[in-house]
Amino acid sequence: MPHPMGFAPPPPEVMAVTLTVNGVETTLQVAPWTSLLDALRLHLDLTGTKKGCDHGQCGACTVLVDGRRINSCLTLAVMQDGRSVTTIEGLASGDTLHPLQKAFVENDAFQCGYCTPGQICSAAGLLAEGKAKTDDDIRELMSGNLCRCGAYPNIVKAIRQVMGEGGA
Amino acid sequence: MRAFTYSRADTVEDAVRALAGNPDARFVAGGTNLLDLMKADAMRPAHLVDISRLPLDRIEETEDGGLRLGALARNADTAWDERVRSRYPMLSKAILAGASAQLRNMATNGGNLLQRTRCYYFYDSGTPCNKREPGSGCGALTGVNRIHAILGASEHCIAVHPSDLCVALAALEATVRVTGPRGERTIPFAEFHRLPGDTPHIDTTLGADEIVTAIDLPARGFAEHSTYLKVRDRASYAFALVSVAAALEIEGGTIRAARLALGGVAHKPWRDTEAEAMLVGKPAEAASFAAAAQAVLRGAKGHAHNAFKIPLAERAIVRALSEAAGVQTP
Repeated sequence: MPHPMGFAPPPPEVMAVTLTVNGVETTLQVAPWTSLLDALRLHLDLTGTKKGCDHGQCGACTVLVDGRRINSCLTLAVMQDGRSVTTIEGLASGDTLHPLQKAFVENDAFQCGYCTPGQICSAAGLLAEGKAKTDDDIRELMSGNLCRCGAYPNIVKAIRQVMGEGGA
Repeated sequence: MRAFTYSRADTVEDAVRALAGNPDARFVAGGTNLLDLMKADAMRPAHLVDISRLPLDRIEETEDGGLRLGALARNADTAWDERVRSRYPMLSKAILAGASAQLRNMATNGGNLLQRTRCYYFYDSGTPCNKREPGSGCGALTGVNRIHAILGASEHCIAVHPSDLCVALAALEATVRVTGPRGERTIPFAEFHRLPGDTPHIDTTLGADEIVTAIDLPARGFAEHSTYLKVRDRASYAFALVSVAAALEIEGGTIRAARLALGGVAHKPWRDTEAEAMLVGKPAEAASFAAAAQAVLRGAKGHAHNAFKIPLAERAIVRALSEAAGVQTP
C-alpha cells in the first residue's frame, strides 16, 4: 500500500541531544525533524506544554529556552542542544506555585485551560524582558498567545498583579 | 515533515562550503518560517545546515556612523537595542509591528529578509503555484486574493513579501552584506528582493551558495521625522494589508528629504523614489502628502478581492507622512 503522503519515509536517523529541562540534564536520541515540542511531550513525557496549531500561530507551545520565551513547535530539538529549557512543569517550587500560576488561579484567568501553560510561560518571559509597563503593553506583548475561551481580560489582570508584586 | 539530515556550521566558511554543490540543502537559523513551510510541505530541503551559532549576532557601529546589524541578531534584540531605538526608531517600530514576542525572540534579521510569502496557494501544496512549483500556474490570480499584490505583480505571481522590517530597511537605504565561495559582496537593499516577472520562484538576488552576514544601516536614520504605520485585520500579530515606512527631513516647514516604502502591496518592499522626489521642496502638509500618495498608486492594479488596498494604501501614506511630519492627519 502506498504511503498516504505519496513517499516512503526513510528509517529514522537519530541524533543525540542534551537538554537541561527544568533543571535536569537529559540526553535524548531524536530524529533531526523532531521539534522541541515533540521532544518534550513524546520523549520526556512533559505534556504540560501543549500542541495547538503546531505552526507558531497560537502560542500554546511556549517554553523558555535559556530564559527567553519561544514557540517550541518551530524549533528543532537538535538546534537547542546544550540549552536550558523551562516548561510549565518547572515553574513551581514543590507545592508552592509560581506567582504567575497563583495569579492565574486567583484571577480566574482561564476556562478550558489548554492555552494556559503557554500563557504562563509567555508571561514569565514577558516579566523577564521587562518591557511591558501598561495593560496595553501586556496585551500587545502577549498577542502571540491565543485564548479561544476569551479569558484575555483576566489574563491581563493576572499578569498585572504579578508585575505589581515586583515580578516573579 | 519529510525526513532530512542535519549538520551545524561552526564558521561562515563552513556554512558556505556545506551549501556548495548541494541544491537540496538550506540554512536554518531561527527556523520560524522554514520549519513551518516544511511542515506544510511547501519546502522540501534534504539537508539543513544550522547556522544559528555562527558569530553573526552582534549590532555594531560602522566607520561611517551607521550601524551593522548582524544577520543572526534576533529581531527582538534588534528592535529593543538602544542605538536602533534612538537613531532608527522607524526600524524598531517596524520590527515590533511584526510577528509575536516569541517569534521575535527566535527569528533573525537575515532570516527576515529571506522569509517566503504567506500566499495561501504557496503554502498549499495541493494547489498550483509558480513560486513553489514553476510552471504550475497561479492559484491566487483567480482565487482568493485579498492579501495579494497591487503593485509590480505579473501574470505569473501576485504574492507579496510579508516583512515589516524590510519595509523600514528599504526606506533607510540599508545595504546587505553577503559571503559566498568567491568572497564577500554587498547588495543595495533596493536590489535584494525581486519582482516576480516570469521567474517568481526566485525571491531575491542572493546567490544559492551565498549567506547573508549583516545588514548595514547608513548614518542617516530620520529619527526626528519618521514612522512605520501598519494596517491589518487585527490589532496585533497579523500580516500587513498595507504598511508604510515614511521618513522626512523638514526645515522651516519645507520638506528637504523624503523616503517612502510600502509593505503588503508587492513582491518586494515597494519604495517609490519618484514620489519621494515629488515631496522635496514642498510644504510638509496634507496636500503634498496626498499628491505623493496618488503618485505611488498610479500604476496599481487590483484583483477580485484586493482592490480595496489601493485607496487604503493612499490613505495610509497620507497618514504616515502626516505622523512623520508631526502635522494633523486630515
